[in-house]
Amino acid sequence: MSALDVNQSVLSPAGIQASAIHSLWSLMLWVCAAVFMAVLAVLFVALRRGTRNRSHDDFEPASEAALSRSVGAAVGVTVVVLIGLLTASVWTGRTIGSLHAASAVTIAITGHQWWWEIQYEDAVPGRRVVTANELHIPTNRPVVVKVTSRDVIHSFWVPNLQGKRDLIPGYTTALWLQADRPGVFRGQCAEFCGMQHAHMALDVIAESQQQFEAWLEAMRQPARDPSDSTLRRGHDVFMHARCAGCHTVRGTEAAGQIAPDLTHIATRHTLGAGTLSNTAEHLAAWIQDAQRLKPGNQMPPNPLTEEDLLALVVYLETLR
Amino acid sequence: MSEVRTLDVSTLPPGAFGSRTLTFWGTLGIVIIEGTVFALAIGAYFYLVTRFPAWPPHGLAAPDLRWGTLNTLVLLASLIPNELTRRAGEHVDLHRVRIWMVVCLAFAVAFNVVRVYEFAHLNVMWDHDAYGSIVWLLLGLHTTHIITDFLDSSVLTTLMFMGPVEEHRFVDVEENAVYWYFVVLAWLPIYGVIYWAPRVL
Amino acid sequence: MMRRHDPSIGGDLERLEETWADPNGWYGWFMHVDHKSIGRRYLLTAFGFFLLGGVLAALMRVQLSRPDNTFLGPDLYNEIFSTHGTTMMFLFAVPVMQGLGIYFVPLMVGARSIAFPRLVAFSYWMLLFGGIFLYVSFLLNAGPDVGWFSYPPLAESLYTPSKRADVWAQLITFTEVGSLAVAVSLITTALKLRAPGMTLNRIPIFVWAQVVTSFMVLFAMPAVMLASTSLILDRLVGTHFFDVEHAGDALLWQHLFWFFGHPEVYIIFIPGTGLVSTIVATFSQRRMFGYLPVVLSLVSTAFMGFGLWVHHMFATGLPQLGESFFTAASIIIAIPTGTQIFCWIATMWSGRIVVRTPMLWILGFFAIFIAGGLTGVMLAAVPLNTQVHDTFFVVAHFHYVLIGGAVFPLFAAFYYWFPKITGRLLSERLGTWVFGLLFAGFNLTFFPMHILGLHGMPRRVYTYPAAMGWGSLNLLASIGAALMACAIVMFLVDAIRAYVAGAAAAHNPWNAGTLEWATSSPPPNSNFPSPPTVAGREPLWENPPGQAVVVGLRADARDVLVTHVLDAEPDHRLLFPEPSIWPFLTGIATTVLFIWSIFTPWGVVYGAVPVFVMLVGWFWPKSAHEGGTQLWPFAHRMLPRPNETPAAGGAI
Repeated sequence: MSALDVNQSVLSPAGIQASAIHSLWSLMLWVCAAVFMAVLAVLFVALRRGTRNRSHDDFEPASEAALSRSVGAAVGVTVVVLIGLLTASVWTGRTIGSLHAASAVTIAITGHQWWWEIQYEDAVPGRRVVTANELHIPTNRPVVVKVTSRDVIHSFWVPNLQGKRDLIPGYTTALWLQADRPGVFRGQCAEFCGMQHAHMALDVIAESQQQFEAWLEAMRQPARDPSDSTLRRGHDVFMHARCAGCHTVRGTEAAGQIAPDLTHIATRHTLGAGTLSNTAEHLAAWIQDAQRLKPGNQMPPNPLTEEDLLALVVYLETLR
Repeated sequence: MSEVRTLDVSTLPPGAFGSRTLTFWGTLGIVIIEGTVFALAIGAYFYLVTRFPAWPPHGLAAPDLRWGTLNTLVLLASLIPNELTRRAGEHVDLHRVRIWMVVCLAFAVAFNVVRVYEFAHLNVMWDHDAYGSIVWLLLGLHTTHIITDFLDSSVLTTLMFMGPVEEHRFVDVEENAVYWYFVVLAWLPIYGVIYWAPRVL
Repeated sequence: MMRRHDPSIGGDLERLEETWADPNGWYGWFMHVDHKSIGRRYLLTAFGFFLLGGVLAALMRVQLSRPDNTFLGPDLYNEIFSTHGTTMMFLFAVPVMQGLGIYFVPLMVGARSIAFPRLVAFSYWMLLFGGIFLYVSFLLNAGPDVGWFSYPPLAESLYTPSKRADVWAQLITFTEVGSLAVAVSLITTALKLRAPGMTLNRIPIFVWAQVVTSFMVLFAMPAVMLASTSLILDRLVGTHFFDVEHAGDALLWQHLFWFFGHPEVYIIFIPGTGLVSTIVATFSQRRMFGYLPVVLSLVSTAFMGFGLWVHHMFATGLPQLGESFFTAASIIIAIPTGTQIFCWIATMWSGRIVVRTPMLWILGFFAIFIAGGLTGVMLAAVPLNTQVHDTFFVVAHFHYVLIGGAVFPLFAAFYYWFPKITGRLLSERLGTWVFGLLFAGFNLTFFPMHILGLHGMPRRVYTYPAAMGWGSLNLLASIGAALMACAIVMFLVDAIRAYVAGAAAAHNPWNAGTLEWATSSPPPNSNFPSPPTVAGREPLWENPPGQAVVVGLRADARDVLVTHVLDAEPDHRLLFPEPSIWPFLTGIATTVLFIWSIFTPWGVVYGAVPVFVMLVGWFWPKSAHEGGTQLWPFAHRMLPRPNETPAAGGAI
């Protein structure tokens, strides 16, 4: 695969778990390739022999006993190889599972049709951070992701970091991961979840502990009051059009619970869970008619006047 | 052409009873299928049990024992005329077949009627929660069996009275009795699950 | 009992053919009960659905051939992939294998009919009506759109308020009723209707494979029927089996579904291995090496197949101990499959091989299926599974297993048995082209999908952004799909040409050893004018000269010899049913019930009345002299007492 623009691959691991799985993959690939070649080689020889036997009326058929011994030996080798692979698999499973640490960052992820709700837990309720579709994690520190779903089954999968885990309504399970280098790693829902399953992605941004802390602190801040008339107009549109019914912007009266938290929308890289890059044009188009861009999603079209739309976009762009 | 030897089967009997018949193996297949359905439904019940701290959930009362237990006794008692029907069929005894099949039908009417009271005393509706759903499903599955067993026994009985009575109908009588055994015996674990699991667990 | 006999029965032969004939005419067409007629219908119908499923696949490949494509929208794409999977699993793979069983199991065991022929006719109508129901729904924009696995809560009415999920669930009911009935018939045929002398250790491996598969059907299909019934109840009458808000559980569905769904793979693949064993033996011109290990492999695969379902649920986050158990089980199941592969190779090694088109497909099977089996071992490893599960890697894997393990053997079987079914030969030259093109097209389509999966492409996405870099491999896969389509078109041309104007086939053009080749091509209505007895595993190779044939069955009635389960000694004779319109009418009534019940639960209650009436009609004695049975009061009792030993035919 040439020129990968995006990090979303099992084959370039960026964390302890993904690396362990990648080693298992390499082992399996080579063993299986060898088995494949060996069996086909024997098959080829058998075919040659069998065809030659046909043209020689006086051929001596291999004795049934010799065939039995060969088949028995082949089955024996199969058993040994399989036990070897089983051992490697269980070993890898233990490596991945044994990452429990008190210093872990705990993040709760809730699946929605079709976006990710992300919550950074904190002992102090006021310090909890809610965001969406973009996960920041510190490098070289264990992260425990607690996943569940609000509606249908989704699956959280960031292949560069860890295998996938289903988000199942009624269940909360914990997944450990740890990035060992900084970078942006894309993840995508891996369990079919309805019409826009294809557009349910998220970015995982692995960064140094300091950057992570700084980001988290920034996320804790509520939105600032609008400072000029355009922003005020945008703010009012947000509050009085339908936006505030579904979205939350902390620090304002917008406290809707069914759609992504927009308190820091301007800092995020994408719109619509990875559907579009987060630019002013895309944002305006999304607000006007998200159905055209991501058919079936929960956000209704918003027929705003051009001025209102412009003001709203300018306002949203300040939510950093 | 070289001489071909022959195996003359013209003297073999035109029919048989028990496991020698095709019908037996057909019935066995149906018993496997339906037995698996029952077993999986019971499995689903216990799977749902593990998801809740208390069972039945939400403080519901367990089903009343009276009607279910009564019906268990009726079903078990029906095995006596059922066995007598089976034997009469095997002996190609039309007179006895007629008598005992009618007795069986009387039992079938009885346990179908009592079943209505069972449903009324489950103490939960199917749309209340998953517990109600699985209990109704278990009882409903078995009910479809006692209804169909009643219906096909009725048809067979009618045939045995109206005629023309063909020989192979006696094999049908026998296999019908075998299936009846299955329907009654399958009830026992279902009875245990519906009525006793909520009390014991 | 043994005497010299002139095998030409003379005038009786015509009478016999008349007795076993299905009625002519358009009305008669609905009354067929001949297993060859039903078997042909099964094969043609299943192949028709294969083509429809293939068209859907082609549409998906067009959509995915480039990033951000807008050829299909998400709604239609989801409907198409769901209908594709549902079609291939329920309307093609299982029925086509059962169709082969319906046609060939009676012939291979030397019987004049399949057991319960009317039930098999009924099953066919269930398959046909179910398939029509699915595709009419699809055309009415009500095709399933929640995958062939239909996971709740997505399939619950809250998230799929349309009738689409109900259509899926009722299609399951249609096809499973049919599959279960056929399974019972095949088991009974193989156990009770074998030619005298065909003891358990002389049953052809293909018949073993069908028996083992049929038992798997009996234990597996009830699970999906229970699941789909519960789903319909949730949607229709408000039960809460899978509804978290009301104490239900979403994973309950997955347990039930995969308890069926994993054995389903083996239900499709085990008959495929039976085909391979048959064809490898014929073209190696020796009996299959390792009969016992191969049969035991089939049986143990079937058992283990029921212990693997959780490996479809590794990503749900199960406790590690459970995971390890299912990993071990999933890996161990490779042992019986490996054993079979080694036995095939040993057969070829010590045989006298002639490579004709059927054998080409078998060689293709080896290459593809082994690759698919090995990726299956990879998928059994939980850590790796959590990475590639639900990605295109898995799509590649199971197409290697199912197309390699079932479709290639099916094509082999088609080229192998076409002369038997039609009496005509297919073109070797065109056959080689079809094979080459399909083999190349297949690998071009599905091999890149392994890489796509590893590079993060999930399944069931209707499009992907250009930045993902998945475009070129997807384009390659789409080109491969086009090659496959060409191969299928060529195949159709060859099949139609051969059917109309192919060279006449000899009775046994491949010099095979099993009993279906002991009769003419195509076989007469009665299958065997003189039913055979056997003295070896490959009777046509091993029977001594002058091997006995069965005589004494009536020519004026559908008289069938029933034998003992274990040793196939003659036991009794049985009159088989005549052609009948009732299976068709019962099929119609059942269809009305199933479709009605999608709209109201009362459909089940009222719809059951016509079904009951039809069934009574089915079983009601037609006339005083149907088949010439004895009527009460019997002149003399023909049925023996239960403990009487019947006068057996004596030693063969």
